[in-house]
This record gives sequence, C-alpha cells and structure tokens, in this order.
Amino acid sequence: MAVIKGMDRREFIVTTLTVGGGFALALTFPRIGVEAAAKVAKIPDKPWESLVGKGETEINPWLVVAPDDTVTIRVAQSEMGQATFTSCSKMVCEELECDWSKVRAEYASANRHFRENKVYGRMATNASGGVRMSRQYLQQAGASARERLMAAAADVWGVPRSELTVKDGIITHMPTGRTLRYGQVAMKAAAIKLPEEPKIKTPDQFTLMNKPTHFLETPLRVDGSVTYGIDVRLPGMLYAAAKASPVFLGKVKKYDDTGVKNRPGVHSVVEFSGPDIEAGVAVVADSYWHAQTALDLLTIEWDEGAHGDDTSEKFLNMARAALDEPGAQVVVKKGDPDVALKEAAKVVEAVYELPYLDHAFMEPMSCTAHVTADRVDVWVGTQKPDDALLDAAKLTGVPQENVYIHNCFIGGGFGRRNYNDNVRQAVMIAKQVDRPVKVVWSREETTRHGYYRPMRVARIQAGLGPDGMPVAWINRVIGIDQNLPQDTAQTVRGLHQIPYSIPNQRFDYHLRQTHVPTGVWTSVGRSQNEFYLESFMDELAYAAGKDPYQYRRALIDGNPDFPRAKSWVKVLDTAAEKSGWGKKLPEGTGMGIAIGDGRRPGVKEVTICTVVATVSVSKKGEVRVERFDVAMDTGQFLVNPLAAERQIEMQMVMGLAAVLSQEITVEKGRVVQSNFHDYPLLRATEMPEIRIHFVRATDEPIVGIGEEALGWVAPSVCNAIFAITGKRIRSLPLKNHNLSVGAA
Amino acid sequence: MLSLRVNRKMYSVDVEPETPLLWVIRDTIGLTGTKFGCGIALCGACTVHVNGEAVRSCVQPVSQVVGKDVTTIEGLSPDAQHPLQIAWREGDVPECGYCQPGQIMAAAALMAKNANPTDADIDRRITNLCRCGTYTRIRQAIHRATQLAVKS
Repeated sequence: MAVIKGMDRREFIVTTLTVGGGFALALTFPRIGVEAAAKVAKIPDKPWESLVGKGETEINPWLVVAPDDTVTIRVAQSEMGQATFTSCSKMVCEELECDWSKVRAEYASANRHFRENKVYGRMATNASGGVRMSRQYLQQAGASARERLMAAAADVWGVPRSELTVKDGIITHMPTGRTLRYGQVAMKAAAIKLPEEPKIKTPDQFTLMNKPTHFLETPLRVDGSVTYGIDVRLPGMLYAAAKASPVFLGKVKKYDDTGVKNRPGVHSVVEFSGPDIEAGVAVVADSYWHAQTALDLLTIEWDEGAHGDDTSEKFLNMARAALDEPGAQVVVKKGDPDVALKEAAKVVEAVYELPYLDHAFMEPMSCTAHVTADRVDVWVGTQKPDDALLDAAKLTGVPQENVYIHNCFIGGGFGRRNYNDNVRQAVMIAKQVDRPVKVVWSREETTRHGYYRPMRVARIQAGLGPDGMPVAWINRVIGIDQNLPQDTAQTVRGLHQIPYSIPNQRFDYHLRQTHVPTGVWTSVGRSQNEFYLESFMDELAYAAGKDPYQYRRALIDGNPDFPRAKSWVKVLDTAAEKSGWGKKLPEGTGMGIAIGDGRRPGVKEVTICTVVATVSVSKKGEVRVERFDVAMDTGQFLVNPLAAERQIEMQMVMGLAAVLSQEITVEKGRVVQSNFHDYPLLRATEMPEIRIHFVRATDEPIVGIGEEALGWVAPSVCNAIFAITGKRIRSLPLKNHNLSVGAA
Repeated sequence: MLSLRVNRKMYSVDVEPETPLLWVIRDTIGLTGTKFGCGIALCGACTVHVNGEAVRSCVQPVSQVVGKDVTTIEGLSPDAQHPLQIAWREGDVPECGYCQPGQIMAAAALMAKNANPTDADIDRRITNLCRCGTYTRIRQAIHRATQLAVKS
C-alpha cells in the first residue's frame, strides 16, 4: 500500500495491488470522525471502567445500546498496539449495521467470563488469533443483536420483519417510510428471543471490514490519558520494587533489612515465592522511587541452586554436541534422504546458531494487586486475563467469582505478557500488605527476568542433482528450552511442510533443557527456523549458480505436493517485481529475498509473505537496510488494512533490531544485559523505508497478521549481505561479525 | 516541601530534593502521561518540557526545576488540539503508544525552535526510542503539524 502523493491530505487514499486481475480496490477514506473522536471518549481512559451508563441496554454480553444510539462493544482481546479495540468492534458492527461514528469500545470482564460459562470465548491474545479465532462469534453476536432490534421494531409497528431495512442504526418500514432508531427499540429488543440465529455475512458481503478505519485507540494515546498497567493509581495504594533471584530458579537464603526499614517512605520488606514465581524480595513504600532506592541498598544472600556457573556458551556447546547424538524425534521423513544425499552430485552443509532474545517492550513489567480475605483485585496489562484470574484465585484461595482482573492497555507484549508471572508475584506480595500495592519492575529487572526466545542450533545437509536442484534435505534442529516438552511446538514450528519440491527429506530434533525461562517471541519459532531455512535455500541457489528468486520459484511452482504453490508464486512474483529484483544496484548495495507463510500444524489457514531487503554494506562493514518490500497475501479480506500495515511495519523493525544487535547472554547463571545500552532497539536513524504490497493470492481467510512477516526479516537481510559481500551469515546478531572489506 | 509549577499550576511536594522529576510527576502529582521506560535517559519516554526545553525527567533531580515551568503531555494543550496532536490523530501514528507522549513532547520542543524541520533535523533532535517502529510516521506527522501550525 502506498499513500499517493499530491492528493489532498484530508483524503487518505490507499491502493491495493491488482495481481492477476483479482483484487482491485481504490479506497477513499475521508477524515470522518477523527476530530470528533478527540472530544468524545471512545474508550475509557481507565480501561477497567465501563462507559455504559444508566438507561443503556445490553442486547447481549458483547454489546450495549444507549437511548441516543451509542453502541458500546465489549472487547475480549488485549490491546498492545495492534488496534484490536477497533478490529474487534468492526467484526461486531459489520453485522450490526449501526452508525460507526457512535461506536465505543471497552474491555470485556474476565470475571464475568468465568461466571457466565466462558461467555467471551477466547480471551487470550496471541498466535495471530484475534481475528481468526473470534471473528465468527463476533459477527454472530452482531447479527443476532441486529435481528432482535429489527424484531422489536416490527413488533412496535405490527408489521412483518421482511418489510424492514436498516442502515446506520435507523430501521425503516419500507412500505410507509416510518423509521425507528436502535436506541428507541433497544429495551424491547433485549427481551426478544429469536426463533433461529441469523446467518452471518460472507466476506464478499462486507461493507465495513476490508476498508481502512481510523483507530478508536489513537485519541487516548496522544494526550497522556490512556492508562497502561504501570499507570494504575488507587486510593491508599502503596508501591513496591521487586528483586527476583538473579540466577533463575534460585532461592532467598537471607536478607538484612535493618538499614532499609527506616528509610523515608518505606512501609515493609517482604519475601515472595511460590509455584511458577521466581523467588525474591520486595520493598513496599509510599512511592516507587522510595521503594526502588531502598531495594537497591538491601543486601540479599541467594541460594543459587545448581545453575550459578551456567553460561550461554555452555548451552551453545551442549546444543552443538547434540547435533550428533542419537535418538532425535522425527518431524518429517520423505523418501530416502540418506541414500539421496550419498548419491547427490553436490553436497552443501551448514550449521546455524541463534541467541536468546528478550521482548524489550517500552513499558516495564508491573502489576497492581489488592488481596483481602474474600476478594482479589488485580490491575495489569496481560495477554491472558483469564489465566491471570485462575492464578490469583489459586494463590489466595479466594473463589474465582470474587477475583477481578482489570486489564489495562499494554505498552508492548510480543508474547512476553502471556505468562502472568508479574501477576503471581504481585499477588504474593499483596497478600502480605493490607492495602493495594503496585509492583513496578525496573528496566534492569524487566530485561533480566524475561521469558526469552530460545537459543537455537540447526544443521542442514542438502544434496543437489546434476541440474542444481535439491534431491535431499536433512535437517536437525536443537531446541534449548526451560519447559520440556511443552516447547516442542516452538522448536519444530514450520518444519512440517516446507513449500519446496524436494523428493527426499528428513526433519528431526532434540530438546535440551536449561534453567533459563523461555517463551514465545512474536512469530514463535519461525524467527529461528525460517532464518536457517531461507538462508540455506539461498546457499543452495548460489551453489547451483542460480538466481535465488528464480530458484525458489522453480522449486515451489514445480511442487506437486504443495496445495498453495500458485498462491506462493503470486506473492513471490509481486515482491520481486515491486522491489525491482534483478535491477543493477550501486556497488555495496544488494538484495536478499525470503519467503514463508504462517503455517501451523493443525491449522488450515496460512498467510503467505515474501520479504525483499535492499541492503548496503560500507567498506568498513557497516550494514544499512535501506528498504523492505513486503508482499503479503490478504486472503479474502483484512479487517482493517490500516492496522495490518502497522503490524507489518512493527515486525520489520522488531526483526531488524534483533538482526543487527540484540542478544541475551548468560554468565554465572544470570542474564548479562540490563537496559537499552546493551540491548538496543532500532533507532530512527536506522529506520528503513518499508513498502507493503498487499496481494489477494488465496481465496480463504488468512491465518492472521500479527506475526506473519517477522520470520523473513533475518534471512532476507543476511541473504542481501551475502549478495554484496560474499559472506554467509550463519549466526546472529550482526554486531558479532566483521563485514569490513578484507576481514576474514 | 518544594514548590513546583507543572502545567501552569503550583504544587507543594514533600519529596527529597534528589528525587527524579519523573517520579514526582507520576507518583506524587499523579500525572501518568509521562512514562517510565529505562530510568537512565536512554529512551526518552519520560520527556517533558522544562522552560520549553525537552528534558528526560527520569534523571532530572526535582530540586533543579524549582522556579521553572514544567510542562507534561497533559499540559501541552488544554483540549488536545496542539497541531502535533491533531497530526498524530490524522496519521494514526501510535501503535502500542507507550513512547508517544515522549515523542510528542520532544517534537513540540523542536517545533518551537524550528518551525519547519527537515527529516535530518528531526532525526538529530529527536532520539527517543519506539519499539513499534513508528519513526517514519512520526516524521510525516511532524511535517503535517508544521503545515497545520502555519494555517492556524
């Protein structure tokens, strides 16, 4: 998509590519509602409070209609930058046929979710699932409400439903031209039971979705009024600063709080530990500053357990050794890869290695809890408010129906906020304090107590036939995780069905355990696996003396076993064409390509994506990514193309920062990095141009957007570096490589 | 007791003089639009204005701003109609939004000195970090805001 220059800026013109005569849209988007939105709250600034006032009518748990026709949508997904309040509201309102300018949105209650038999469906926000896994029931909720409102109007007039139409929340009786507004019939509608549920729209019938919509979330984010978890303030609230065992899985041996207890504002010093809680000590005080400065003075003696001497280097060596160990678990076996490799005209082999990574979002971890004998309240930004509720109930013994999770806006999640360790810790601290307590982690604590993207080592051996095309692919991957065997899925993600036509294949894996907590990091396993899959595919193209784009294209197009081969080719061709693949570039500049989808075992949807990176490398070895061209399949529709664009941009930036400079290392059993100086984010001066080219390459809904482009950042950049320098990057980050002219 | 002037309002605060301005603004006064990001002046999420200059409040001892004018995101405009805020809304700049108050305050300080900054000016003067990578949209919004400022 591109904003066309020279247009009146009041009109946001978006073009969607026409590929193969499929999907041609020119969407004009006048600046409707933006300034109005600035004045009227569309989302509560305290996200746990309801906007719904007296006299408003709940039609079903998902939506409330006010007498003035304002519609409030309940959102069961967590907002962390993906504009899900807007997208979830669009899914309901697509069917509701209300006036979009009168739509507000607020969080659904996790407490009510459990009290009413999981009425909000799926409350977790992850796995690119916000749209894929809730669209049908959100559309159904909107359609059902619309039909009850219509039935109520039909009742009022004593006419058949078939004589009514509705647009923008105004119901018209066609024969007489009489009208009723939703707000006038809402109370009556709430009492109506439908004889049968209406059918929901198919994507070709969408009028609200598939068009760019300004974010309901934006106004709150430009005047400081939005409340993130860390911003929670409650009457009588205390603050806590916490320090968990620096060596993971350690324990508190003893601590001396005599010099700390009398410091200004200090209320108490408390220990915390428990199931799935990193044990530690917290200082509770009247302000975060008082708490943190006191904590910094506290001497804590730790029992480091068995891991006080562990290093990431040791883990890496363990993984390297595991490459040759027997008993690997097989993911895919096809043909006879060992024989085919032996008989191949040429053999290519490589080992790839990737470090631990942190999520490094801007908002440090925090959680506010108030625990009393018969009720628990928790204020937190979490990707899993339902799990948080169950955890808080379990740790306090308070019945689930008396536990309230007040979800907040989230200053970046990227998978880290799935785990609720901050909730469990805050509940254990708050159990020892008779007031609400807000626990805030320093940046250092946040960096050193993550759920890191696992390290990864992989070896691939491929045999090429006389024509240079692969006849065998033998791939062993070593997953290094804390939680065995739950992390198998992450280790093998995407290996179960590679798109390329290779007659003999074996993919297998070993898992090795360390004490370092691991978790999902946007794209879950693919940012590791696709790095070596797509880098190695590049190695094969060069070994065969072929163009990396054409080589991939031939292997996909000619793959009789791959159901979406034509769609893949369409996306690949779009990326090549739009990026100017093959054109002559200045010296020191080159392009790299990588392609993939969001395939998951057992999930039928995918999102096909190709990334072309245009990169320059200076004689001194400085790498600059000048541009990303991202071609992505939209499938039948995108709920909000504006949000899709933003999420792709975020992934390019997240992926690039990791490629350039990010790694988490472990010394003496603990994380070395601490803050943005040794775990850098991408800076404005490093920002590449990002061109997004949406393509309709399949005729089904896609798997999602949230993590479907990130996996191809690292291989596209490193493939470009090879094109420029002839140096093959097989480990990251790039800061550990010398790419200067003449360096080995 | 220290006397502070924040968003054109006087506050008496009972804090130690070395307390960083950030925590006085957030915890003592209760204005949470100014964000805690890193605590060591690297990320800029805590950016406020002190006598019109962009300052990283997480390392600014509160005693040093006594007698000066402090402005936070909440005080940038009485009705959220600063040209930057309008431009930010038009362009839907924020993603997670956490760094955006700091970005807007840094941009406002720049605009006050330079009515029509180039991309290079913006990159030189605004070194705030954004994890979601909204940098390009921030630049576009600043250019748009300079147009709006001329019109008004």
